[in-house]
Formats: sequence, C-alpha cells, structure tokens
Amino acid sequence: MEAYLDNSATTKCSEKAVEIMNKVLREDYGNPSSMHLKGFEAENYLKKTRSIIAKSLKVNEKEIIFTSGGTETNNMALIGCATAYHRSGMHIISTPVEHPSVANALAVLEKIGYEITYIPVDEKGRINLKVLSDEIRPDTTLVSIMHVNNEIGTIEPIVEAANIIKQKNSTTLLHVDAVQSFGKIEVFPKKMNIDLLSVSGHKIHGPKGSGFLYVSDKVKLNPIMLGGGQEWGLRSGTENVPAIAGLGVAVEEIFKNFDKNQKKLYKLREYLITELSKIEGVSLNGSLDENGAPHILSMSVEGVRAEVLLHSLEEKGIFVSAGSACSSNKPAVSKTLTAIGLKKSLLDSTVRFSFSIHTTKEELEYTVKELKEIIPKLRKYTRH
Amino acid sequence: MEKAFLIKYGEIALKGKNRRTFEEALVKQIKFALKDVGEFEVTHPQGRVFVEALGDFDMDEAMEALQHVFGIVAICPAVLTEDTGFDDLAKEIVEYVGKVYPNPSFTFKVDSRRSRKNYPLNSMELNAAIGEKLLEAYPNIKVDVHKPEVMLHVEIRERINYYCKEVFGPGGMPVGTSGRAMLLLSGGIDSPVAGYMIAKRGVTIDATYFHAPPYTSERAKQKVVDLAAQVSKYAGPIRLHIVNFTDIQLYIYEQCPHEELTIIMRRYMMKIAEHFAKENGDLGLITGESIGQVASQTMQSLECTNAVCTLPVYRPLIGMDKQEIIERSEKIGTYETSILPFEDCCTIFVAKHPVTKPRLSVIENSEKKLAEKIDELMDVAISTTETITVTP
Repeated sequence: MEAYLDNSATTKCSEKAVEIMNKVLREDYGNPSSMHLKGFEAENYLKKTRSIIAKSLKVNEKEIIFTSGGTETNNMALIGCATAYHRSGMHIISTPVEHPSVANALAVLEKIGYEITYIPVDEKGRINLKVLSDEIRPDTTLVSIMHVNNEIGTIEPIVEAANIIKQKNSTTLLHVDAVQSFGKIEVFPKKMNIDLLSVSGHKIHGPKGSGFLYVSDKVKLNPIMLGGGQEWGLRSGTENVPAIAGLGVAVEEIFKNFDKNQKKLYKLREYLITELSKIEGVSLNGSLDENGAPHILSMSVEGVRAEVLLHSLEEKGIFVSAGSACSSNKPAVSKTLTAIGLKKSLLDSTVRFSFSIHTTKEELEYTVKELKEIIPKLRKYTRH
Repeated sequence: MEKAFLIKYGEIALKGKNRRTFEEALVKQIKFALKDVGEFEVTHPQGRVFVEALGDFDMDEAMEALQHVFGIVAICPAVLTEDTGFDDLAKEIVEYVGKVYPNPSFTFKVDSRRSRKNYPLNSMELNAAIGEKLLEAYPNIKVDVHKPEVMLHVEIRERINYYCKEVFGPGGMPVGTSGRAMLLLSGGIDSPVAGYMIAKRGVTIDATYFHAPPYTSERAKQKVVDLAAQVSKYAGPIRLHIVNFTDIQLYIYEQCPHEELTIIMRRYMMKIAEHFAKENGDLGLITGESIGQVASQTMQSLECTNAVCTLPVYRPLIGMDKQEIIERSEKIGTYETSILPFEDCCTIFVAKHPVTKPRLSVIENSEKKLAEKIDELMDVAISTTETITVTP
C-alpha cells in the first residue's frame, strides 16, 4: 500500500488539469500578447482562470495577478509594497513562524533600512493579538501574517488581527500568506480585510509553477518583475498559459465539494490524533481543535530522529516530511518549532502528516499500524 | 590550430620489457577518457603516445579529459602538417609561434628530430634554419640553448608535427597495470581521495559501500554513487558493491558495549569488503584512514580493524592531515559532493565517548556476544548486496 501524506509539500496534479495543460501545450500554444487568433485563444485561458479564482475569493478579476507560485507571490507582496510605500513609513510587522519566502524577504528589507517587528506566538503557534495591537504605529505600512502554518497547521486569527490593524492604523496594509489555507479553509479577502493574499497552485492539485497574488485595487504595488508589462504591469513575462489553465481547473475542483471535503479532512485528522496519542513517546503539536487546519498534523516522537522515522515509513510506502519540506533538506532547526517552544530534544524528532482530498481512511489506518510497529523499534536504538 | 597531442609519460619508460603492456594500458585509458570528446586515433610509435584528432573537437574539453589519465606526465598540443617543403614549414611555424605568443619576447631553442631520414635537412640544420626564420620575424626573441623559456619541438615523420606548449598531466601509472583493489567507500571526504591515490599507481578500483536504511537515505546512497563516478573519471569504471548493513549494526548495538560499537562495526565492514575483494580477485583493501583523525583511526583502533583482514590494507592517507586531504579532494573534484549533509552509517550510533585505545583481546571478547546470529546476518548482508558498475 502507498500513502502519500506529504500534501503540504506538494499535491498530485489533478487529471483534468493535466489534460487541459496538455491541450494548451500541444494546440493552444499562442502567446496571449500576440494580436492574432492564436494569441486570442491563449488569452482566453487566462480570462477563464482569472474569473474562476475571482469568484472563489469573491473579489474582482483585476485584483488577481498570476505568478510562478508561493515564493514569488510572497516576495512580490512584501518587496512590492515596501518599495511602493517606503515614504509613508518603514515599519513592517510579521511573525516568527512565517515561510522562508516571507522571512527571507523581510530580512532583505531589514538590511536596506526597514524595521521589522516579530509578534510572538503561543505554544500552539498563534500570534499574540495584544502585542500586535501595541506594536502598530503610524509608520507601520505592512503587516504580514500567514493563514495556516505549514509545519504545524495552526490557523492564525486573521479576522481579529485585521480588525485590530485597521482600528489602530487604517493605512496599514495586511498581507496574508494563504498558501496552506486556500482551498482548505475559508478565505474571503474583502470580508476579512485582507489587502494582499498569496496562493500557490501545486498545493491544491494544480501544476507546479503556478500561483497568484490577490491584491486589492486600493493597494498600489510596485512590480518586482519588469519587462513587457503583462498582468497590468505588475508581473512582466510571457504568461505561463498551460499552468494557468491547469490552475483554473484545480481551483474549480477544490471548491466543488468544499464543505464536504473539509469535514472529511477534519475527520481523518481526528482519527489520526486519537490513534497517535495512544503510542508511547508521541506528542502532537499545534492546535488539535478547529483552530488547526484540517489537513496538517505535526507529531514529535521522543528519542526518534525524524529523518530515520521518515525513511522507515518510506520503506513501507508512506511519505511524510520532517518538519517542513522546504527547510528539511538541510539540517537547520525549524524556526516554527523553536518559536512554539518545543522541547529541544524534540526539534529533531518531529514529522508532519498532511492530507489531501484523495487521502483515505485506509491509508491512515495502514500508517497507524506501521507507526505502532516502527516507533517502539526505533526507540530501542537511540544515539548516546 | 592544434589537431594532435603528443603525450609524455615518465615511469613507463623505465619498465623495461613491461613497457609494451604499460603503453597499451595508457592508450586504452586515453581512448576511454576521450570517447565523449570526439573521434581520435591513439597510437604509440617509438616510445611516445600520439593522439590525432580525426574530426572536430573542443580543445579545452580534450585537455581536461587527458588530465584525468594516470600515466601522463605532460600533454603537448601539436600542429600536424603535410611536408610541402622547408619554406612552407618555416612560414607555418613562424605564424604558429606568433599565435601562441602574441608579441613574442622570450629566449628559445629549437629542438628538431628527423625520424624520416630522407628529409633534406638533418636535425642540426633544421634547428639552425628554423631558429633563423624566427629571429628574423620577431626582433624581441633570443636564442638560449641552455635554459630556454620556450622550447619549440619539430618532428619530421611521414608528416611533420611541431609544438611549443606543454601542460602537466596527473602523473602516476596507467590504470590496469597494477592489479585490482577494493576501496571501502563512504560518503566522506577521505575515502574517494584514497581511491584516487591508489588508482594513480595503476590499480583498478572496486568499491564497497555500507548503507543502513532507514538510518541512511537514498540520497546518501546516491551521493556515494556520485563520488564513485567522480573517481571513475580517473580510475575508469568502478564496480561498486552496496551492502545493507542495518541489521548487523543493530545487532552489534544490542549485544556489545556502545563505546566499542564503531570499532566492532568497522571490523565487520572490513570482513565483508574482503569477501567481495576475494571474489573479484583483488589484491588488497583500500581505506581512507589517517592516524588519529577520529577515535576509530588511532594506532590501537587500526590494529583492531586490521586484525580481521588477510589481504593487505592500503591506507594512502595515513600520514596526511585533514587539511591536506581536503585540498586533494578539492583538486580531484570530490569535495563538493563529500560535504553534502547526509548521514553516513558510521555516525548514526556513534557513542559520546568511544574507546580510543581498544585492546584487541577485549574487542574479540565483546564480539563473542555476537556468536549466535552474526554469521547468518553476514550471509544475508552479502547475499543481498547490490552490485553496480559506475562510470563517469
């Protein structure tokens, strides 16, 4: 049996998305900027996807900018705002649990003179709203908070944060990294007072190399990619038409049975929580209630190195990640796990399970069964 | 410009009646090195190896490839030309020198050889005549027959070749002239260098790698294959045995004192490597050990690991410092791969304070606790070993 439980790293691309991409690559290969029929046909794919996304978020089509994925989108939001608004203030607020594409962009901004304040998080990874409120100043131009944490699944209180921000300083913009939340839990930027929102396609069964930024029409953003002026000048470069077409299909599919799928994922997670809690040495991280995302579960196992557990599961056809896949290829300590105050001995002993709509109860039962065998075995042989 | 290479080799010339074997091995290795560069004819007329391009090729690529062939002391890119009379030849050579050294200003000497005796000028006359033409063409050059800065070689054979550049080769002896040996290859910095150094003495390399899934990953294994591939650029194809060592390692962990773990583990690694060495007809084992580098490489530890082997164990790095080994590995191109951060099986269960001065009798005594299952585990490890041939 195979159980792919690393859907927060990436998901399997939707069959229908592959189909349409195939068609675009083979037949409708025109450049949307071309004036002839081939270009017009290609442009229609962009329009279609843009409309699907706009509807799913309840925003205007003009507020959707296609990008190459989460990293570019986060970079674009932060650096694009920073260069556009530096005259109104050079203070940015964020959190210590952000994805590297946010954290490293902020580090660059700090080097060129921005002041960055990081709001502490509690042991579940939720930001301290009181501190947030205290830190907002007249020169705070931007607050960037992720919606769902990629390592532990905790959902940040975006609505409350947005209210606080807008009350304290109505000009402060709110950017939300929704890479792990879009299509999994509700996100409506307008209703939630979000000004910029980042989404990646391959986390929701779309193709890699696809993604978009929602940017409210009230925000004046500077582009970071300069050239032929595509995407209203905000993101130059010939549009990745096949990926965008595939993204549209994926978004459509993920919202088709949204409520039902969400319930299913929560049930799967609940099952895993119950079963894993029974295993000696296991502790679970993040919010285990509905303050946690339905598709992510972080587990620490005392005395077992995550990498070894990961490879043991791999031998059984079960694929998980150690900490976060994006930072687990190098032996660096996870910033998120450190920020939530995880015991030092568990930092290197934490794996993440992440599900998708294709994950089945059987796969999880199989995983639990294997874990019940593997964990005691591995705990027997520890390093001294 | 240059379409041929004159290959100089050192030690081979000393080997008397074995010379032919050595030259043939060198020719074979040169052919192997150049096979992806282009089409070349490699011959060894009269105490020299001559490489002639039969088609187009990239000079830098060819030089790079030849610098991986052990046995080559120097590589001289040469121009090959038809004999259309001395005047044409002199004109060509003057142009060639001008191209190689724009605005020539040096001391030089012409060294001609006339293998084809019907050429109108003898070698002394040739030296003088070509020298004269060069002096006429370039006012800033001078003849110095004792310590010339530039040596221009002209060789009259059926066709004529001439050259004035000489690039160092790696030295050593052509692989395939000294038998085979088994390298214990880990993912670290040292063992690929050890393999390189023994291959440099003409030895064909086999290798054994121990992996320990799930404690080591597929990527760690790939890293070792990549290292073997890099070494094989010099050593030729390497037969790599990949042994699953997990169960043996866990069994030792269960049964023996943890501070002796590494030593005992290494003794079993040597035994398994030796098993494959004998199967392959290898004449020795090769390790990357250097005295005192880590606990398992003290004199006492080496004595303990050495004791299980009947074949000689070659340790070419034994007297080298880590920094020297690193410099070597950078030079041969294995360093970047070696430092990739994947766990190797020697470090997974390493004790906080491993024994540094183990006594053989104590170690042998500890190993008695393995009596029940170790033979069976060794058999399984050997029978499930995967063997692949690694090429660049």
